[in-house]
Amino acid sequence: MSQYLLKRLALVIPTLIGTSLIVFFLLRLLPGDIVDILFGGDPQVNVQTMEKIRESMGLNKPIVVQYAEWAGGLLRGDAGLSMRTGIPVSESIARSMPVTLQLGIMAIFLACIFAIPLGVLSAVRRNGMSDLITRLIGLVGLSFPAFWLATMFLLISSTVFRWVPPLRWVSPFEDFGQNMQIMIVPSILLALQPMAIIMRMTRASMLEVLGQDYIRTAYAKGLRERFVLSRHALQNAFIPVLTVIGVQFGVLLGGSVIIEQIFSLPGVAFFLLSGIYNRDYPVVQSTVLFLSFLFILVNLAVDVLYGYVDPRIRHA
Amino acid sequence: MLSPSAASDAAAGTLNIPRRRRSAFLASMRRNPLGIAGLVIIAFVALVALFAPIISPYGPTEQVTSRLLEPSSDHLLGTDEFGRDIFSRVLYGSRISLYVGLVSVSLALAVGGSVGMIAGYFGGRVDNLLMRFVDILFAIPSLVLAIVIAGLLGPNLTNAMIAIGIVYAPIYARLVRGEVLAVRNHQYIESARATGVGDLGMITRHILPNIMAPLIVQTTLLLSTAILAEAALSFLGLGTQPPEPSWGTMLGSGRRYMELTPWVAIAPGIAIVITVLGFNLLGDGLRDALDPRLRGSE
Repeated sequence: MSQYLLKRLALVIPTLIGTSLIVFFLLRLLPGDIVDILFGGDPQVNVQTMEKIRESMGLNKPIVVQYAEWAGGLLRGDAGLSMRTGIPVSESIARSMPVTLQLGIMAIFLACIFAIPLGVLSAVRRNGMSDLITRLIGLVGLSFPAFWLATMFLLISSTVFRWVPPLRWVSPFEDFGQNMQIMIVPSILLALQPMAIIMRMTRASMLEVLGQDYIRTAYAKGLRERFVLSRHALQNAFIPVLTVIGVQFGVLLGGSVIIEQIFSLPGVAFFLLSGIYNRDYPVVQSTVLFLSFLFILVNLAVDVLYGYVDPRIRHA
Repeated sequence: MLSPSAASDAAAGTLNIPRRRRSAFLASMRRNPLGIAGLVIIAFVALVALFAPIISPYGPTEQVTSRLLEPSSDHLLGTDEFGRDIFSRVLYGSRISLYVGLVSVSLALAVGGSVGMIAGYFGGRVDNLLMRFVDILFAIPSLVLAIVIAGLLGPNLTNAMIAIGIVYAPIYARLVRGEVLAVRNHQYIESARATGVGDLGMITRHILPNIMAPLIVQTTLLLSTAILAEAALSFLGLGTQPPEPSWGTMLGSGRRYMELTPWVAIAPGIAIVITVLGFNLLGDGLRDALDPRLRGSE
């Protein structure tokens, strides 16, 4: 097991380096930098002045040097300063990331606790009433955009119930009840789509396993259905479900950017979007890299869980 | 079975599957009411898109009357914050959604499919290099990457399509590579090679037709994802720009006024749901019909 774990861990570093390279060069490949955005339309600022500003920001250094400086800083926990505000990027990320992370974790948790039992039920009672209903819920969950549902929620809550979500975000460690009041609806809305996808995968995977000979054998030797389903079927059907849960976490991180905007939550969305508008390189590259890092960590956790669920992987 | 006539071969189009398999496919589709429902929905949306100029009462950007009117017989869903007919704009919006879906998914298929084909077909170091790159792209949350690319390229419809095409290309790369690896060592490939078929002929005549089924299923499902992604980008202001009637843009700019005229936010959302549901239903139906493993278990 430990060898398997080490191998997985070793893969994290090259993936992170690759991600940082792609994000870094992508930003510089695309047209326009912060100086163009801030002074591009200003007739009082001539080309020489703009070049001087670039120089002061370090934007005219060779691109490889810029990358090395950024990457070197990251290793020391320093993600550079925002070119727009001068605030350290790591500070802004540390302030906004907990909100995004809480939203993501709550949503994936909610998605799993509903999706897995429903998916199993749907597969076991195949073509029955509960199967039909679950499959419909799955298709609906897949087709309703969360940002529309969020808009509808705000429309109904404000016109019918005269309720608007609290404007000031509160940390769960400060006031848990108040925090839940703010976070529960956004995370439910965010959870719908991953719930549908995880449920569909659980159903498909369970169906495949339930057709296997060893399931028939387990029933034939008189084991109870509950035991067959949990020990024989679900455990074997769980690998593809785990994979999908890992992938969905990445989808959630993207979706939360939009949900945060709608509910005015102080997560990474505002920070990232204003960074993009301003071509604020340190902000965008570090935020995207950090989101990817979270995603990579979740997939590492999924890989580790594979090993626990399936001894064949552990010993291979 | 008699050899299929040239006419029915043409009818099979690019699928190029033998008649018996085709009829099994059709029979399996017929047993699949949800898949048929999806097809009907998409046909309906496509007809609306095609005939939008004829069926919509007003032009999509025409400022016809007063702003923020309630629904009436003149304006079925009322008017928006600029006095434009919401119903007409929603009808025209189908054009943008279908267009974005088709273009961006084609782009993803062309780029990702080629990468996957080269990696799977040639194998070795090429495969290793290309797939490591694909793995890294998979590590960046796709919507986040699309937001960054669309935002930096400059917010407009074309750039949104490019962004969506790029971020979903890795899905095709992985899928095609896996399918190519699965068929590469089959005997018919070996015999084709023995008769002197070159690489290009091998890929287009022998491999592609045999990996078509999963590609079709993936494409149908990805169309719904791409349409959702465009709506999301436009909602954030990073996609289609006003006054163009994209459903995402309408929702994004209309939601400030939705307490006055709720339809400005309700209608485009329903349109998105219907279209996306259609592609999802069809994709599911195609998967059941085309995937022999699932068909066997029916």
